[in-house]
Amino acid sequence: MQLLQYKSQAVAKPYFIAAIGLFVGQILFGLIMGLQYVIGDFMFPAIPFNIARMVHTNLLIVWLLFGFMGAAYYLVPEESETELHSPLLAHLMFWIFLIAGALTIVGYLSVPYASLAEMTGNNLLATMGREFLEQPLPTKLGIVVVALAFLYNIGMTILKGRKTAITIILLTGLIGLAGFFLFAFYNPSNLVKDKYFWWWVVHLWVEGVWELIMGAILGFVLIKITGVDREVIEKWLYVIITLALVTGLVGTGHHYYWIGAPGYWQWWGGFFSALEPLPFFAMVVFCFNMVNRRRRQHPNKAATLWALGTAVMAFLGAGVWGFLHTLAPVNYYTHGTQITAAHGHMAFYGAYVMVVLTIISYAMPILRGREVNPERAQVLEMWAFWLMTVSMVFITLFLTAAGILQSWLQRIIPNPQSFMQVQDQLHIFYWLRELAGLVFLIGLGVYLYSFFAKDKPQTVEVSEPAPTATVASQPATT
Amino acid sequence: MSQFFTKSMARNIFYGGTLFSVLLFLALTFHTTWKVPQRSNAANLTEQVARGKHLWETRNCIGCHTLLGEGAYFAPELGNVYKRRGDAFIKVWIKAQPTKVPGRRQMPQFNFTDAQLDDLVAFLKWTSEINTENWPPNVEG
Ligand code: HEM
Ligand code: HEM
Ligand SMILES: [Fe+2]
Repeated sequence: MQLLQYKSQAVAKPYFIAAIGLFVGQILFGLIMGLQYVIGDFMFPAIPFNIARMVHTNLLIVWLLFGFMGAAYYLVPEESETELHSPLLAHLMFWIFLIAGALTIVGYLSVPYASLAEMTGNNLLATMGREFLEQPLPTKLGIVVVALAFLYNIGMTILKGRKTAITIILLTGLIGLAGFFLFAFYNPSNLVKDKYFWWWVVHLWVEGVWELIMGAILGFVLIKITGVDREVIEKWLYVIITLALVTGLVGTGHHYYWIGAPGYWQWWGGFFSALEPLPFFAMVVFCFNMVNRRRRQHPNKAATLWALGTAVMAFLGAGVWGFLHTLAPVNYYTHGTQITAAHGHMAFYGAYVMVVLTIISYAMPILRGREVNPERAQVLEMWAFWLMTVSMVFITLFLTAAGILQSWLQRIIPNPQSFMQVQDQLHIFYWLRELAGLVFLIGLGVYLYSFFAKDKPQTVEVSEPAPTATVASQPATT
Repeated sequence: MSQFFTKSMARNIFYGGTLFSVLLFLALTFHTTWKVPQRSNAANLTEQVARGKHLWETRNCIGCHTLLGEGAYFAPELGNVYKRRGDAFIKVWIKAQPTKVPGRRQMPQFNFTDAQLDDLVAFLKWTSEINTENWPPNVEG
């Protein structure tokens, strides 16, 4: 059996490696913040909380983008049945993005934020200092350049080759991703307008166009591992993304309840966002259905586990935990509490972290010249799956408990207590969250280790596929 | 459902449904942007308030605090801090940081000038007057 169908798919590999590397950095900074929650002056003033937070969230976004790009470079040639338009451009953009990202993080950590703003032209066009969009202007422009070059490369490949629903949906999602990012450059001095359009980046990404990308990646992997008819899978995909956009666009209104927008958003936002769990539910049904109807027993058990896990955890994190606080009468009390943090963690992990790890699990063995990983590596990878996923469930539960108590003491009881007074009573939950975070880190360690695990000698001969010509011509980048 | 519900039907529903949602969302957005000046007292949005917002952003205050419930959850809500604490307290507080109380969450020292502190307070005052549909539930934020 031939492994890499198109040589240029190999450009995905550095993207995946960078993604995993930055993921490790993200988690380390999460753990620093987790400690600062209970030992307030931990690492102060070397790394104040706000700096650690920028590093944590920006690394998350950047590594997910690396993952999406890697996924596109891997799956588009195979779907389009043609080589990538320009592998060279893809390599070049990889280095530009990586260096821009690294410089940004170094900037955060080594220069006071106000000086960084001054140095990087924020006075020409002020875009910094808004949550998730903290990047200096040159970084933001760099993201636009990389995104355009990437879209051009992927777009040209799709145009010259076979067009499938998967590539069209992926491309639509990616164009939306780049398009909505442009609102990061719009920062009016009226805070209400600023906030209103800030959500066009944040919400319309995760509850809009990213769902298209997620659906396309899942669809691709499911076709590969189940062998189910493409027609069936693609029809499902259209149903899922219809549900996503029809509920998610007007559903943006669940962020417009209390920021100065008209009161009617409590109805519009509440109604449409209450339906937002539907696409995630459909993904669960879709994934289990396809795996049950599978026509082949794919030997990559780890990838199948990740695919099913993605659907379930995305439904829990985005669907269930999102629904919990999306209706205005509930959100009135939970808005901006640890409930929000709980939901943010499980939703991001369940949907986007896991879908990237799914495509990595499927594609990385092939990129490394084998159909699947050795048995022992797969077992370790599945251990990592369970360690990370279960600890994320516990992180979510502890933060939810903290959030319920916080809303109660600070906002519901007749003699409400002050923010800091309430925080002091939540330490037990924050300690438990940190503990769960450590287990997550261990899971991540096992995950990294699984890439290097080999089978015991006697099984190697049985499971090692014969090397092929395609494999031999791959650049050795391990 | 395979015979009656084909892939091309699903695709057409996607295009139609998306178009409808985009138009609805744009219409609501159009109406909202028309209402915002009144709901945010845009007439009071002076140069000083704008400078205050710029200071708020370039010090990354949102990295610890929430503002109208959005941001980080490490430190208190500041959308209504003007009403909770008032002008003088806010300035003294910012100047006194960090508290250096062992084990307590610390806020950095930003070395603001008095004029900059005035700008920041003007921004926080303007923000506290936005019509937020009575959020937060009480003055504690
Ligand atoms: C994978 C999809 C999703 C991701 C990654 C995600 C992530 C997030 C994040 C990070 C925040 C916090 C934003 C901030 O910092 O202010 C947030 C807020 C929120 N999300 Fe989601 N979310 C997803 C889906 C959903 C869904 C489907 C719903 C509703 C059913 C929902 C309801 C909400 C609500 C109501 C808030 C505002 C919380 C508040 O008032 O503080 N989310 N989400
Ligand atoms: C495993 C250890 C982790 C720890 C200890 C941790 C800790 C934290 C802390 C303390 C915050 C700041 C909350 C605040 O603003 O007060 C935060 C924010 C955030 N983290 Fe993590 N994190 C971890 C892993 C992750 C993972 C795996 C993801 C992605 C799936 C993630 C995504 C986020 C997001 C999206 C936010 C912003 C949330 C919001 O605005 O509501 N974190 N994290
Ligand atoms: Fe949202």
